[in-house]
Amino acid sequence: MKEPSRRSVDSAAQQMIARAAEDQVDLVWDRYEAMQPQCGFGQLGICCRICHMGPCRVDPFGDGPQEGVCGADANAIAARNLVRMIAAGAAAHSDHGRDVALALLEAARNPDSGYKIRDPQKLAVIAQEYGLDTEGKSVPEIAEAVAQQALAEFGQQEGELKFALRAPASRVKVWRERGLMPRGIDREIVELMHQTAMGVDADYRNIIKQGMRAALADGWGGSMIATDLQDVLFGSPQPIRAKTNLGVLKEDHVNIVVHGHEPVLSEMIVEAARDSELLARARELGADGINLAGQCCTGNELLMRKGIPSAGTFLHQELAIMTGAVDAMVVDVQCVMPRLAELTQRFHTQLLTTSRKAKIPHVQHLEFREGQALTTAKEIVSVGVENFANRNGQRVQIPAEQMDLIAGFTAEYVNTLLGGRFRPSYRPLNDAIMTGRIRGVAGVVGCENPQVPQGSGHIAMSKELIKNDVLVVVTGCSALADARAGLLCPEAALEWAGEGLKEVCEAIGMPPVLHVGSCVDNSRILIACTNMVTEGGLGEDISDLPVAGAAPEWMSEKAITIGYYVVASGIYTVFGTPHNVLGAPDLHKLVVDELEEMVGARFDFEPDPIKAAHMMIAHMDKKRAALGLDEMMYEQAAPVATS
Amino acid sequence: MSKLVAAAAVRGSHDVVSRVDKRLTQALEKFGEDQEVGFPGTAFYLPMAYALLGAEVETLGGIREVLEETKTFLHEEPTEKLWLPYLSSALDSGIATLLGEEMLAALRYLYGEEPREGWHGFISDTILRSLGIQLVDGRLPGFAAIVGAAPDVETAEYIIRELQKRSILTFLIGNHEGQTMRDQLIEANVLPDDIIENPASGWDIYIVPLGPDTESIIYALNWAMRGALTFGGLVKGDWKGCLDYTRAHIFAFGLGLGTIDDLKYASGAGAINMGFPVICDTEIPEIRPTGVCTYEELVRELDHDKMVQTCVDVRGVKVTVREVDVPVPVAAAFEGETVRRPDMHVEFGGKYSTCFEYLTMRDMDEVTDGKVEVIGPDIDTAEVGSAMPLAIYLEVAGRKMQKDFEGLLERRIHSTANYAHGIFHMGQRDMAWLRVSKDAFAAGWRLRHFGDVIIAELKEEMGAIIDKVQATVITDEDRINEILPQAEAAYRERDERMGEMTDESVDIFYSCALCQSYAPDHICVISPERLGLCGAYNWLDGKAAYEISPHGANQPVEKGRCIDATIGEWEKINEFVRRESHGTVDRVSLYSIMDAPMTSCGCFECILAMLPEANGFMIVNREYTGMTPLGMEFSTLAGTVGGGHQTPGFLGVGRRYVISRKFISADGGLPRLVWMPKELKEDLAEGLQEQAAELSMPELPDQIATEEDAEAINDLVEHLQKVGHPALQMESLL
Repeated sequence: MKEPSRRSVDSAAQQMIARAAEDQVDLVWDRYEAMQPQCGFGQLGICCRICHMGPCRVDPFGDGPQEGVCGADANAIAARNLVRMIAAGAAAHSDHGRDVALALLEAARNPDSGYKIRDPQKLAVIAQEYGLDTEGKSVPEIAEAVAQQALAEFGQQEGELKFALRAPASRVKVWRERGLMPRGIDREIVELMHQTAMGVDADYRNIIKQGMRAALADGWGGSMIATDLQDVLFGSPQPIRAKTNLGVLKEDHVNIVVHGHEPVLSEMIVEAARDSELLARARELGADGINLAGQCCTGNELLMRKGIPSAGTFLHQELAIMTGAVDAMVVDVQCVMPRLAELTQRFHTQLLTTSRKAKIPHVQHLEFREGQALTTAKEIVSVGVENFANRNGQRVQIPAEQMDLIAGFTAEYVNTLLGGRFRPSYRPLNDAIMTGRIRGVAGVVGCENPQVPQGSGHIAMSKELIKNDVLVVVTGCSALADARAGLLCPEAALEWAGEGLKEVCEAIGMPPVLHVGSCVDNSRILIACTNMVTEGGLGEDISDLPVAGAAPEWMSEKAITIGYYVVASGIYTVFGTPHNVLGAPDLHKLVVDELEEMVGARFDFEPDPIKAAHMMIAHMDKKRAALGLDEMMYEQAAPVATS
Repeated sequence: MSKLVAAAAVRGSHDVVSRVDKRLTQALEKFGEDQEVGFPGTAFYLPMAYALLGAEVETLGGIREVLEETKTFLHEEPTEKLWLPYLSSALDSGIATLLGEEMLAALRYLYGEEPREGWHGFISDTILRSLGIQLVDGRLPGFAAIVGAAPDVETAEYIIRELQKRSILTFLIGNHEGQTMRDQLIEANVLPDDIIENPASGWDIYIVPLGPDTESIIYALNWAMRGALTFGGLVKGDWKGCLDYTRAHIFAFGLGLGTIDDLKYASGAGAINMGFPVICDTEIPEIRPTGVCTYEELVRELDHDKMVQTCVDVRGVKVTVREVDVPVPVAAAFEGETVRRPDMHVEFGGKYSTCFEYLTMRDMDEVTDGKVEVIGPDIDTAEVGSAMPLAIYLEVAGRKMQKDFEGLLERRIHSTANYAHGIFHMGQRDMAWLRVSKDAFAAGWRLRHFGDVIIAELKEEMGAIIDKVQATVITDEDRINEILPQAEAAYRERDERMGEMTDESVDIFYSCALCQSYAPDHICVISPERLGLCGAYNWLDGKAAYEISPHGANQPVEKGRCIDATIGEWEKINEFVRRESHGTVDRVSLYSIMDAPMTSCGCFECILAMLPEANGFMIVNREYTGMTPLGMEFSTLAGTVGGGHQTPGFLGVGRRYVISRKFISADGGLPRLVWMPKELKEDLAEGLQEQAAELSMPELPDQIATEEDAEAINDLVEHLQKVGHPALQMESLL
């Protein structure tokens, strides 16, 4: 497992992995190997640490105890563990959403905050959705009202989340009938935590039900608020050229890498990096300029809106440090490895934590406050600039790899993409599906995980899908993995797409794999699916659409949350490695089978990305047949099963 | 690939816009901001800018504003590698190009450079309205815009004949290396030489040469756009509604013949925004995925034999090609064709010989279906250019046939005979006048073919009410003189029956929803004393149409309880109108222009409008292009009526409604009519005198002013006082 090619399919990553081995630096893969064998009870989901009568564990082979001290069986234990992951994931994304709402409030109230309302049109649309009276109001006044409304959704106790009503009517009906309609964002998460506390809910079905409700509160609530208000605050993305991979770091520039998930700070760092005084100082210290690069989803946010290059994905965070060229790495929240603290010690890199929620012992903390956003951002950039002087040129080794890509697609932009300013519509997309040029649409999303060679799942799956005329939309680390392989270039359609998809991509001038944003932006996929239903011809509900989701290399709790809100929205979803449910047979059956009855979609688990892609395609074929759509226009690499 | 198309469209749009910029700067220097600009005969300013941007351009300053906005639709060319999505850029460039071409055309009009000799140029609103009924009843199923020229004269003729056979109206635009399709068609004798002096004569044969450069496509497209504004009831600036309308309702397409340069691509991209696909005969990249247009957007068809069929398929035009076994092609496109004396083999009627048409109903066993008998010498005996007597005597039978339908069926002879290429027909009854061209004669046309085409047409269109038709075509003088008195007696009897028929004498009126394909919320109610506003459908037509097609556009509507006999309001009529107008019209009156007047689709023959100063109403027919006392020309006035909206004080009506006893009877009737164009007055003279006599106001027809008496309201009032028009003494309209 030591050879770099088994750790990542990315040659830039491989070079840095090899360098780490030479330098005897431990990386995430080494720590993963050191962890083997991992705890089987944990993997199967049947270890319970909820109360102090335990820890308890159920014997998966039937020899030992079949229930915990309290009597909870494997299904209850695994279900509680699973939904607590949902709660954590929903909390993470939704708290991100809350911070964006607070930033919007700051922008509205404080003209000196440095924030501006970049998309007043979208603000107006949301204000109308919230039923606000905007007549004669200024943009800041509307922004303030919208921010307050959004914030109220977190604390709302009764009723329904406003954005959940964006879903097709038949989907809303399913949620209402099944008791899945989220009431308030925080409430669903808190209720889920209560429900799974010691001695509360022992019915795995009931537990999963509330899990879905909390997940929906994220997908159609917290995450959607994050996406939409970020668009309002920082501008709605539009197609934009950018580059990704470690090669975007520049030997002759101050390199500042922003890593984590929120654009609230990093947008300001973009401003600060253009500050003339800081630029002058950088030149004084011998640098040609200040090079800002993103990583993970903070990187995606900047990539989508500003075309700021991305230095890679989750598993690239240590590798960026390994180049010896990063003068400062600024982190906010989520997916930040604490190990960066020690790793940066071995190089000159200055690691800075910025969120009061995310500190690392012995790491310099420069707390970001929305009220003084630009000032803080300048301080942060200044740390990087000053640290350039400490860079040891001898130790700098930047891989050459960088790949071009097009990012910046949104659910709203699809209208313009397909019809320009005067014919905005989803019609061409629906038509392409109905006439058999496009077989379906797949969302390939999620993380990276050292269990899987980095990028292998995402890239292989996406390639297999587009080869079979499936249009792929990507977010988060999945998007950047595909980008490294060139799949986000428009030329990729000519090289890898099936005949039908190629024809559509050529007509539109788009890549076959569309980057729709960071991991909170999976909410964009929900809206895109809704728009497809609304456009007509593809059924009445999201569950009627020939679409599927996948997370081939998942690892985060957020991935579980996303998976559940996607399935609860009616989209069949394949995860690579299984959720931790295999020790609970009834729960497992519920997840991969019975959910279909409840919400019109279910999960599958399949680590082989090609097989998983075929499962998704088979699902699309099934939906196509149910809708009575035309046969595929061109011969398919993976033929349509005749039943 | 499509990227090349996008790149070309982007370049084309930049070129047009920069030309507008240059031309406008010169014009502003010369004339100044306030210089008036515009097209003749439209109420819609620069129609494309009006529909898409909501701009009411009246001056050069207005053009400048539109130009500034147009510039925001310009894009950069897609790059060689790593291109950004370009379909949207191409489409936006198309819109910029159309707006640019329209501004260029308006500037050319300002400089007196348009229309160019031998070319039609801008198309007025009136032409659209007068074609309205043909658009909705399928006689005119689609429009073709040919841009460029065919590789040779034979191909040009072949393509145009294929279009004519399908009754598709064709615009000729632009050139290919200096060669125009117009000149090719003149050379092929498809277009008469005098098309150069009178390009508008092309409307009669469905071929209209618009202009010799690509930019002239704007005349076709801003005309199509007015369909949305006129019939669709859409308002300025509702770009989405207008473009949705053109895609859904106007079956137009472009044919690119010869090289497609940047401007042609850019103009094509504009057409695609409107839902009009483009089909080319050269090796161009295609855009086949559907959704901007209903079907494919840009298609290559290298085989000229298949080209028109490909166009029809790609646009989804519903066409029916008439297959009648006669020696010449038969299609609505040939309806307006005339046969001039030098081209004539023989003629019948007019003032040159006896000629009449007579259709009568028989019992089933008295008619042999499809039989055509010729009595007398055939036309091969005629001296070239001479006249022969003629009777076309039709006997029909059918289980659902009614005596009342005879006149209606007989009138079909006019259009049917005209559909045959090389046959000219005018008038009806004993006023008929026919000509057979030398070409038709040479192709083998003989007398029996009149029988053949008429029988085929009647069976095709009226098959639901007539089971059998036989035709006797007579040139024998004795036989003609034998039948003529029977025919004349029948004509008189029909007229008397129609005269007796009143709104009170029937319980059922007929609706007409033919125009709903264009004006979705408009519904006509046709009563015996008020014909449809298009003038094409009276109560009997409605009745027959219902018999022919029980689920069609004409439905019987029970009157129900009378709410108000004076204004002509009935309970069930209201209910019907409410439902069929999709709730937009709550109540409707048949005899009032002031209280709940009927709505209009847009293809009204005339507009009635209140003149408060004269305490009466004026009426103007769409053929009248002069000024009216209301201070508006017909085209401007028409903008206020139509689209299915109720506008008290304004009413779209058929010509003959003026001489009905129920003519705005609730508002005072004919004595309220104070002004009408002379041509209309002469056309209706007999009826006006009859009505005036019934009212014991024999001077009334003379008291109604025309444009010769007054054009301005002050002059009109003065004139009315002078002649003592009764309206001035009537109760105040306000």
